[in-house]
Amino acid sequence: MHRLQSRTPLGAAAARSDTIGTLTIAEITDVALVSVSARNDQEPALRAALATAVGLDLPEVGQSATADDLSAFWTGPSQWMCAAPYEGGEVLCRQIKHHVGASASVVDQTDAWCRFDVSGAQVFDLFERLTKAPVRSMAPGAACRTGVEHLGVYLWCQSATHWAVIGPRSSAGSLHHALMAAARSIC
Amino acid sequence: MTVAGAPLRNRLTGGLIDRDQTLNFQFDGKTFQGHAGDTLASALMANGVQLMGRSFKYHRPRGLLSAGSEEPNALVELRRDGRQEPNTRATVAELYDGLEAQSQNRWPSLRHDMMAINDRFSTFLTAGFYYKTFMWPKAFWEKLYEPIIRKAAGLGSLTGQDDPDAYDKGFLHCDLLVIGAGPAGLSAALTAGRAGAQVILADEDFRFGGRLLSETQALSDLSGADWTAQVLAELDSLPNVRTMMRTTVFGAYDHGIYGAVERNADHLVAPAAGKPRQTLWRIYSKRAVVAAGAIERPIAFENNDRPGVMLAGAVRAYANRWAATPAASVVVFANNDDAHQTARDLRAKGVAVPAVVDVRPDAPRIDGIEVLAGARIVNTRGRLGLGSVTVQLANGQTREIACGGLAMSGGWNPNLGLTCHQRGRPVWNEDIHAFVPGGNLPAGQYVAGAAAGELSTAAALRSGAAQAIAALADLGMAAAAPELPEAEDAAVAITPFWQVAGEKRAWLDFQNDVTVKDVKLAHQENFTAVEHLKRYTTLGMATDQGKTSNVGALAVMAELTGKSIAQTGTTIFRPPYTPVSMGALAGRAVGQAFHPTRLTPSHTWAEEQGAVFVEVGNWLRAQWFPKPGETHWRQSVDREVTQTRKSVGVCDVTTLGKIDVQGTDAAAFLNMIYANGFAGLPVGKVRYGVMLREDGVAYDDGTAARLAEDHFVVTTTTANAALVYQNMEFVRQCLCPEMDVQLISTTEAWAQYAVAGPNARKLLQKIVDPDYDLSNEAFPFMACGEVTVCGGCPARLFRISFSGELAYEIAVPTRYGDALMRELMDAGQAFDVRPYGTEALGVMRIEKGHAAGNELNGTTSAANLGLGRMLSSKKDYIGHVLSQRPGLAAEDGLRLVGLKPVTPVQSLPAGGHLMAAGGPVDAAHDQGYVTSAAYSPTLGTAIALGFVKRGAERMGEQLRLVNPLERQELLVEIVSSHFVDPEGEKLRA
Repeated sequence: MHRLQSRTPLGAAAARSDTIGTLTIAEITDVALVSVSARNDQEPALRAALATAVGLDLPEVGQSATADDLSAFWTGPSQWMCAAPYEGGEVLCRQIKHHVGASASVVDQTDAWCRFDVSGAQVFDLFERLTKAPVRSMAPGAACRTGVEHLGVYLWCQSATHWAVIGPRSSAGSLHHALMAAARSIC
Repeated sequence: MTVAGAPLRNRLTGGLIDRDQTLNFQFDGKTFQGHAGDTLASALMANGVQLMGRSFKYHRPRGLLSAGSEEPNALVELRRDGRQEPNTRATVAELYDGLEAQSQNRWPSLRHDMMAINDRFSTFLTAGFYYKTFMWPKAFWEKLYEPIIRKAAGLGSLTGQDDPDAYDKGFLHCDLLVIGAGPAGLSAALTAGRAGAQVILADEDFRFGGRLLSETQALSDLSGADWTAQVLAELDSLPNVRTMMRTTVFGAYDHGIYGAVERNADHLVAPAAGKPRQTLWRIYSKRAVVAAGAIERPIAFENNDRPGVMLAGAVRAYANRWAATPAASVVVFANNDDAHQTARDLRAKGVAVPAVVDVRPDAPRIDGIEVLAGARIVNTRGRLGLGSVTVQLANGQTREIACGGLAMSGGWNPNLGLTCHQRGRPVWNEDIHAFVPGGNLPAGQYVAGAAAGELSTAAALRSGAAQAIAALADLGMAAAAPELPEAEDAAVAITPFWQVAGEKRAWLDFQNDVTVKDVKLAHQENFTAVEHLKRYTTLGMATDQGKTSNVGALAVMAELTGKSIAQTGTTIFRPPYTPVSMGALAGRAVGQAFHPTRLTPSHTWAEEQGAVFVEVGNWLRAQWFPKPGETHWRQSVDREVTQTRKSVGVCDVTTLGKIDVQGTDAAAFLNMIYANGFAGLPVGKVRYGVMLREDGVAYDDGTAARLAEDHFVVTTTTANAALVYQNMEFVRQCLCPEMDVQLISTTEAWAQYAVAGPNARKLLQKIVDPDYDLSNEAFPFMACGEVTVCGGCPARLFRISFSGELAYEIAVPTRYGDALMRELMDAGQAFDVRPYGTEALGVMRIEKGHAAGNELNGTTSAANLGLGRMLSSKKDYIGHVLSQRPGLAAEDGLRLVGLKPVTPVQSLPAGGHLMAAGGPVDAAHDQGYVTSAAYSPTLGTAIALGFVKRGAERMGEQLRLVNPLERQELLVEIVSSHFVDPEGEKLRA
C-alpha cells in the first residue's frame, strides 16, 4: 500500500454528508467509474462480452442496468459509464478491460468526477430547482446528462427518493453549494 | 392617522377580506390599516386615499385606474433599503403587516410636487418634443439636456444597495399549462385534471378565481368565490395537478416553453432565512391554454386622468371583492351594458350612483338609477381628486354632477400578450369591437374565455373545457367536459366609442402621459404607422406596455387616417407580460456563485502556503506564492523563476486539457487533428504538436504521449481544453466516422505537476519508486511511461518542458494530488524546492520562446509562429488546404521573434507596436507588435516576444517599440525568441 493519503472531491479526508430538513446530501467516494466505448462495429461483441462475463446487459439511451455490484449507464452512442465499489487504483478499469478485450476502449474515470447522492421525500422539488431534466417522469434506473448551475452532470435515479448527481470533480464545491442552497430554499 | 378600530371611510360591507386579521401598513410615512385579502390599492382606497402617484411627464396627480396588473398610475416604491422595489403596482401588491410604500416621481411630496410645473408647459412638452427642442448645441445633449429630462421624467428610484434576498430558478414539465385561474382556466384545468393529464394551473393573483371573485352573479347556487373554492379543492386533491398562485406567466417562448415568476415571499416582510423571495420557472409544456381574461379600456375625454376616474370593472371589483369604494358617490360612464352592472352592484352596496352616462341613445334602463342615454362626459373638476363631472346631455345641454368617483368603460380587450409573443397578429372582431387572437398562435397554444373574446361567464366556462379537450386530443388523450354550472351568459352589447371630442387634453396612455392631441400631432407629422406612433409619442411603453391604452390610441389614429382599426393593426407584443425583477432572472447565480469554480488538486495546500490565485476561465490557479517580507509580486515571481532555474520548482499543471484517445486508428486520427505527423511516434514517446483551424490559422498547441500502439493522451492549453475536445469529437463523428477511435476527457481524473529545474530528476528519484530508471539514457527528453510513486501509487510520467529546464510532468489519480504535492515539497527540501505559480510559468516560457495564448491569438499561422516547417506535406489534416493560402504562408510575413531592449529596463509594454528606428509612427509604417512581455530575472531586463515582418531574417536589427497610448517609445533589438538555452542543452540533460 502506498503512502499517499486520498482527499475527497470536497477536499477533506472523509466524505461529507449533510441533512437539511428531509433531504440528505452525501458525498460518495467509494464508487469507481470506468468509461467503456465500443470500438467501431464492435458494439455487439462488447454487449456479448459483458453479458457473458458478468451478466450485465448494457442499457439503451437514458437508462442504466445493474448486475450484482456492477452498474452501467448510457452516456453516448456505443458508450457507457460503468460503476462499481471502489477497490483502489485502477482495479475496475483492469477488470472491465479484461472482460471486453479488443471490443472496447476502457478509461478510468473515477477521479474525473464527484458524486453526491441526494435522498429524501422532497428530492423532486430539489431537482426541479436545479435541472431541466424531467425528474418526476424519470423511473428508477433512468440516467441522463444534464446541466446543474452551469455544470454538466449525470443525473441517475436510484429510486424515487434517491438520486445520484455525478459532476466534474474540480467543481465539487460549486455543485455541493448549488445542492445545499436549493435544499435550504425548500426544506 | 386612522384611529384603530374606527370604521374606514370607504370600506363597504362584505367582500373577500378577512376582517379578523387587521394589518398595519405605511404609505408615505403615514400609518394605515387594512385586512388580510386586501391589496395595497384596496386598503388605501378603503382608507380614503385617492392620490397615489404623479404622472410620468406632466407630474399630474394620479389615482387608481384599475384593479389588476394592467395598472398604469398607482406605482409605488415598496419596502426600503436593499429591498426597495420601484414601480410596484399598488393593485397587485398583496397587503401584509408592516408593509411600507412610498410614492414616487414627485418632489418634495405627493400633494405638493414642484415638478407639476411641467403641466403648465404642456404645450411645449408634446410628443417628440425632445427630438426637436434640444437639438442645439449638439454637445449639450449628453451632458445637460438628457440628465435634466431623465430626472424630471421618470418612475421609481433605486437605492443602489444590494438586494439581500435569494431568488430561485427552476424547471417544470407538464402536458397542459393553464394560464389564468378565472372561469375559463378553472374549467380547463378541471377538464384536463380529471382526464389524468399532468396539469399546471398558474395565476398571477394571490387568490384563484379571476373575475369570479369580483362579480356577484351566481354559478348555479354558489357564489363565484365558493364555486372556485370547490373546484380548487378538487384540483388540489388530484396528484397530477399543480396549482400555482402568485405566479405570473410572463412569456411564451419556442417549443411550448413559458417563463413564469412565482412570488414566494413578496407578501411577507422578508423571506425566511435561505428561502427565496421569488422563483423564476421555465415551464416545458406540451400544450397550453391561455385563459388570461380581458382588460377593460378607458374612454378619452378632457381631464379623464383625475384621481377618482377609474375603470368600471375595477370599481366593481373593489366593491365586491375588497369591500371598498373610491367615494360615497360614483358616476358611471360607458358605451356598453357590462358597465351597468357596476352601477347595480355599487347601489346594492350602499354607494350612491347619481347617474349612468351612456353614449348609446338606446341605452337600457336601470331600475332606480338615472341613465343618461346618448350623453357623454366632457370634463371633470376637482383638486387632487374628482369633485364633479360635466355631462353633455343628448339634447346638447350640460349638467354638472357632483361625485367622488367615475367608473368608465369603453369595452373590454382580450388580454392578448401571450398569444402574440411569437409575432402573432391578432384580428379585429366586429361583434365585440376588440382584437382577438389570430390564427398564428405559438405552437401548441390554445386560447379560452375572455382572452379569446368569449366575454360571458358561461361562455368562458364552456370554452375552457372545450380548449382543454382539444389540446389533450392533440396529445392523444381523451377528456370529457365536466358538468358546468349555470352562469351569466349575456351577449356583448356595445357601441364603439373611443373619445369625446374636445379642445383640451384627453388621456389615452396614463402612464406615459400620451393624449389624443399627441396622437393627432403624430398623425400631422406623418408618424401614422402604429410602431412609429409608439416611438414618437412613447405610447404603450414602460411598465404597463400600453395594456389600457394601445387599442384606444390606435382607434384614434384610425379615425384620423380614415382606415379601419383592423387595417391600422397593433404594435408587436413582446415578453415580459409584466415586469420581471433582475433578481429573479439572476436566480442563485450571484456573487461567488455567479459561475462555478474549478479548484486544482493542490488548491488546499496552496491556500495554506498563502498563494495568490488568479481566475483562468473557471479555474483558480496559484499565481505566485509570496514569502514573508516580500512586498511586491515581482519579488515572489523573480524568486520562483530564479530558484527553479537554479535548483527545482513545482507547478500545478492539472488545468491543461487531457484527452484520452484510443482505437486501432488512434495514430491516424492524431495525424488528422495535428498539422505535424504523429503516425510514426514510438510507444513511450511524447511529441509536440500544433492544431490548425479549418481556415488554416493555428489555434492550439500541446503534446501527445503514446502510451500504447492504440492509446494516446493528448494535452491542450487550459483555455482550449473544451474546444479542442469538441473539435476532436467533430472530426471523429462527422469527418472521419470510418476511423476506429474513441475519445474521453481525463483532465480532471489526473493531478499533474510540472517538476522543473536542474535538480528535477534528483527530486523525482525520491518520489518515483526505485523500480523505474529515470536516468537520461533510460528516460530521455520526450519519454513517457506508466510508473508507480510513493510506494505503489499508479502514476504517469512525461519528460516534457515548458520552462526550458530539465523537466517532467508527473500525474497521479486526482484524489492523491494533494498528498503528492506535499511529498514533493518534503522530498525537495534537500534541494530547496519552491512551488511556482502561473506568473513564473509565464516568465519562463517567454524566456524560452514558447508560444502561448498571446501568440496563438486567432490571427497567426504556423508560419507566423516560426513553426511553418512543422506543417506536414505528406498527409492531410484539418486546416491543411487553407494553411497554404499565400497570406498565411507568405515568406515575408510576420515571424515570432524575441525583443530585447537596447538598454535594460524593468518592463516592456505588451501590445505595443514596432516601428523603424526613425521615421513616422503610424499604421502605414507598422512593422509588427509585441505579444508577451515580462521581466526576466535570468537576463536582468524586461524581454518580450512579438511578431515582426520578415523577423527571422532581421536578427540584430533595432526597432522602436511604441505605445502611443502612454506616449512610450524605446529602442529594442530583434533577437532569437529563445532567450535561455537556445540549443536546448538543459532540457536534454
